[in-house]
Amino acid sequence: MSLLSVTGLSARQGGKRVLSGVDFSIDRGEIVTIVGPNGSGKSTLLRVLIGALKPEAGQITRAQGLRLGYVPQKLHIDPTLPLTVARFLQLPHRVPAQKARDALARTGALGLWDQQMAGLSGGQFQRVLLARALLCDPDILVLDEATQGLDQPGSAAFYELIAHLRGDLNCAVLMVSHELHVVMAASDRVLCLNGHVCCQGAPEHVASAPEYRALFGSGTHGALALYRHEHSHSHDHHSHDHADCDHDHSNDGHSTPQSGGAV
Amino acid sequence: MTLFDGFMIRAALAGIGVSLAAAPLGCFVVWRRMAFFGDATAHAAILGVALSLAFDAPIFAGVLIAALTMGYAVAVLGARGHAMDTMLGVLSHSAIAFGLVAVSFLSGVRIDLMAYLFGDILAVGHADLLVIWGGALLVLALLWWRWSALLTATLNPDLAYGAGLDPKREQLVLTLALAVVVAVAIKVVGALLIGALLVIPAAAARPLAQTPERMAVIAAGIGAASALGGLQLAFWIDTPTGPTIVCVAAGLFAVATLLDVLRKSARA
Repeated sequence: MSLLSVTGLSARQGGKRVLSGVDFSIDRGEIVTIVGPNGSGKSTLLRVLIGALKPEAGQITRAQGLRLGYVPQKLHIDPTLPLTVARFLQLPHRVPAQKARDALARTGALGLWDQQMAGLSGGQFQRVLLARALLCDPDILVLDEATQGLDQPGSAAFYELIAHLRGDLNCAVLMVSHELHVVMAASDRVLCLNGHVCCQGAPEHVASAPEYRALFGSGTHGALALYRHEHSHSHDHHSHDHADCDHDHSNDGHSTPQSGGAV
Repeated sequence: MTLFDGFMIRAALAGIGVSLAAAPLGCFVVWRRMAFFGDATAHAAILGVALSLAFDAPIFAGVLIAALTMGYAVAVLGARGHAMDTMLGVLSHSAIAFGLVAVSFLSGVRIDLMAYLFGDILAVGHADLLVIWGGALLVLALLWWRWSALLTATLNPDLAYGAGLDPKREQLVLTLALAVVVAVAIKVVGALLIGALLVIPAAAARPLAQTPERMAVIAAGIGAASALGGLQLAFWIDTPTGPTIVCVAAGLFAVATLLDVLRKSARA
């Protein structure tokens, strides 16, 4: 049985339907990455899975006693709130200091123990957030664009750390990422999302799928194409309304081989 | 004769009681950037005073209900996507204006409105003391009980959901605590200056603290010191007590900020 699965999931955010008919599941030991353009519902899906957002329709099945370690997208800590790393790790539940130190050591951030959260660099901050997620001995680590704001070597090191932790803890990893080249190297399975599941499977399979190419282009095997989104994406057999998609079609005048969307 | 017979002693006890509850709560007000929310809740108290006088109900109950209603109204309108600061401005000033108008309708009742706007700590009686300390202990117990959950929800709502907490419930806890503090503090500093007792001690404590808990404790200390210092100073130089307490708090804030600036420039 899978750790976590959803069937027929629909969800709204801010009055707009951003997800419809999503089926998805994740097993122990798997690294699954969700990719998709801005506004495609990636973060919404994660928020539904961690329980922050009630779905409009659909079933969510969690394995009994499922423990979920959540690493949010960049967390803003108000400078009026004095908070050391050590204290941050004790929220919301007290854990033994040794356990907190072990978690920090695992993410290579032990030296930050006494530092103020507000004074950390982007990379340090993400390592502390990751350490915090490890404290509940998670069955699934859920990461929402955890490497946003890190430079390339920084995010490469971060994903290496994730893969390492997956091996150590035998947990599943579910993440949202913008960095397609890393995704292709680091994931067991990729879920390509655009309001619905466009395609999913092994990274190589997804990279060559026409739906994925329609979204990201095929130029460098999908690696660098995310920000050159020069096509009008449409799946004719889906009934969803593209007025709902936030992606910008101002470049539609350019002709590309993918123009018109392959189905 | 009992120990609490002197009006100065009662005033001191009242001031300390209110400060001890207001300062830790004020830390959350500062961390969550809710200073205007605190003001709006406090201003609703004037409307509460008018209603209690009209229905011949205890002032404490009327103020509590008005403050809770204000908290609820803010939560509902906030969820509907109104700009928060504009909406708080509308609600806060409307509450005070409607309150003042409502009081003027009460024929035959001659009340000293100044006492509710600026407090009358020297007139605190035995029953008032009981209410003040009861309310203060209730707020402290509430904060103690929900402390970790409140802190987590303050950091990030999704982080709270991820840990199985409901940030909306924690917001409700804060609204309730704020209403109780307003209801017990109106006698001490008055509706117009309750916000000061919430925010100033917390702001003064910030540069002196390394953890949230220490900030709350230091803020409580600064609050209590302001209450005692203000009371004494008002006695010496014959000034209104409530505003003098706030002046002393502001002075302590200036000292703490200055110390912080000096320490930082010494390190640089």
